[in-house]
Amino acid sequence: MTDLGFDAAAAATLWANGRPVYDRGENVCVIGAGASGLVAMKNLKEHGFGVDCFERETGVGGGWNWRHDRSPVYGSAHLISSKPFTQFPDFPMPDSWPDYPHHSQLLAYLERYADHFELRPHIWFGTEVVRVEPAEDGHWDVTTKGAHGGTERTARYAALVIANGHNWSPKWPQYEGLSEYSGQVMHASAYKDPAQLRGRRVLVVGAGNTGCDIAVEAAQNAARCWHSTRRGYWYAPKYALGRPADQVNDLAHLLRLPLWLRQWLFHRVLRMTVGDLPRFGLPKPDHKVYETHPIANSQLVYYVGHGGLTPVGDVVRFHRGSVELAGGRRILPDLVIFATGYLPTFEFLAPDVLGVDTAGRPRLHLHMFARRYPTLAVAGLLQPDSGIFSLVHWQTVVFARWLRLRELAPERAAGFWARTSGAAERTWTDAKVKDSTRHWFEVSHIVYLRALEKTVREVAV
Amino acid sequence: MRTRVIRSAEWAYPVRPVRREVLGARPEGEEQRPPVLFVPGFGHGAWAFAENWLEHTAARGFPAYAMSLRGHGSSGTAPGTTLRAYTHDVVQVAAGLPRQAVLVGHGAAGLVVAQALARYPARAGVLLAPVLGGWRDGLAAFGAALARNPVGTLPAVVGGPLRLRRGQLFSRELPSNVADGYAQRLGPAARRAQWQLLLRREPEAPVGDPPVLVVGSPDDRIVSRPALERAARRYGGAPLLFPGMGHDLMLDARWPEPIDAILDWLDKRS
Repeated sequence: MTDLGFDAAAAATLWANGRPVYDRGENVCVIGAGASGLVAMKNLKEHGFGVDCFERETGVGGGWNWRHDRSPVYGSAHLISSKPFTQFPDFPMPDSWPDYPHHSQLLAYLERYADHFELRPHIWFGTEVVRVEPAEDGHWDVTTKGAHGGTERTARYAALVIANGHNWSPKWPQYEGLSEYSGQVMHASAYKDPAQLRGRRVLVVGAGNTGCDIAVEAAQNAARCWHSTRRGYWYAPKYALGRPADQVNDLAHLLRLPLWLRQWLFHRVLRMTVGDLPRFGLPKPDHKVYETHPIANSQLVYYVGHGGLTPVGDVVRFHRGSVELAGGRRILPDLVIFATGYLPTFEFLAPDVLGVDTAGRPRLHLHMFARRYPTLAVAGLLQPDSGIFSLVHWQTVVFARWLRLRELAPERAAGFWARTSGAAERTWTDAKVKDSTRHWFEVSHIVYLRALEKTVREVAV
Repeated sequence: MRTRVIRSAEWAYPVRPVRREVLGARPEGEEQRPPVLFVPGFGHGAWAFAENWLEHTAARGFPAYAMSLRGHGSSGTAPGTTLRAYTHDVVQVAAGLPRQAVLVGHGAAGLVVAQALARYPARAGVLLAPVLGGWRDGLAAFGAALARNPVGTLPAVVGGPLRLRRGQLFSRELPSNVADGYAQRLGPAARRAQWQLLLRREPEAPVGDPPVLVVGSPDDRIVSRPALERAARRYGGAPLLFPGMGHDLMLDARWPEPIDAILDWLDKRS
């Protein structure tokens, strides 16, 4: 059990801006107790670091905890990557669970992870981080306050992991006439239950995995459903050749097939299993597979074929009682759901710390290292074509080993940091990914894990 | 050993799930100590630890569990069982325990546990009379078994089951009717796993840097003393030896001595 040292007896030895700063010595601060924060704590602990974690909610699991007010999960949400790609590499999900677990199982998994590795004693629940400032000597001043009020206090840490998630701040699209539209408008983050759709005339905007899931639920429950997408997409089934499709896909990686051959094979399999998309009235994809974030949905095309779901093009503008689509067609929905995604947000941090550019995009090496701050890591700011947990596991192993290396072998550490801070900008995807506001943190799990494997060996003490 | 991140073969071909036998004994009062998971070696089931050690461990305040690898004891079977499937079974049970566990592997399950330590951050590892395999130790153990028990050993050469006799597993102190009773409960291990024991590569380095203890007997007729010393050296230590005992330390006449030493070692480390 760690003594968190915030009791009355702990005397503040430092001062900053006329306020006391509680020195937490060599401890590392972790912001957020979602999946990324938990795995960061576990790996830092395993490497011998003391950790304090701040979590604004009262439980672990972050976005996967449906009780949390910022959670984006809806009642029917299931994983889109199968278990081997979803679980932490050193804490497998139970054999008795299905290939694609339900979101409530995922929360149970994260809670079990927190208990198994005894992480909860290190977490300050109901505590929000309001400000993070770099202090001297690579340290960090972290200012927190109670999520429901209370006074601020500042503590100083030797290193910092930001794991605040990137699926909680809804991204709203801009449309002319949206403010005059008389129907109901909501973001997918507010969608929880098919009862919200029953008997309604629903327009779902967006072909991410969430948009497709909601469109399918609307096809089952609503009076009418339109699904608006910007372009034609590939809808990968969750099972191909009788096995979870991502396992079949990695077979191609195992055989080290080149990208063009994998794309050709994938197209063949989709053509044989899903069929000819334009025949269903869906637009023909204007790109190859692997060039957009993968959509894993076996049911969307099925419901188009059953008439429950009408695919339509881009929304051009809103009128008082109707929605105008590209080509001038008007439709009359009474509920519009924007499944237009989320934006990464770091409101507690000055933008220059992460090197955020004018487009709001942080400049991070390997999507984790801030180039000017060796003791800072961002965990889980990734949009992988597979499960994210194993990627964050290795990110945080890299960071824990890196902190140890700085301490034990300063010369090698200096060499590593010179390479890291000077590394050229690059992406970690297989194919060139189509533009979107999130494409910059899209990664291919194999390409990215290879880079992490190389790095984890570089920073091994 | 270099850290391995990419495991495409394992992701593309997950191990087939089976029902697993796990026996448990809970200590009385508040739990402070880590759970201990006993993994019996080839031919043995969870019963081998349930006989003596399980209750004894719980009585000393450790939540104690014993499991049967697939195809052993009351666990289910699956075709094409390999060492990887056995390792998967151990990691599955360990990750299902409420807290970070200590893994104890006996005989060939010493190798299974050594591999599991690379896939699950155990609190500590204990290898009991481990058969870590490889052609040198594997062939030596095989040769010793062949000399002592040719009828039971020869079928294994052509992929048949390996049958062990009481003289190979127990000291003379254990009454012969008891020893025969135990020997009759032994079953076969998977054919492919037996072969892999001879052909296997070095296990990967453990994750989370757990302390590892090697326990054995210089009078073990399956694992030689030099093999025990080599195993212990791999983990940076010397083996803890109990002279006069046979290979099955948990069933032999003086079974309390090794388990008490192991639990003392665990107590000292936490």
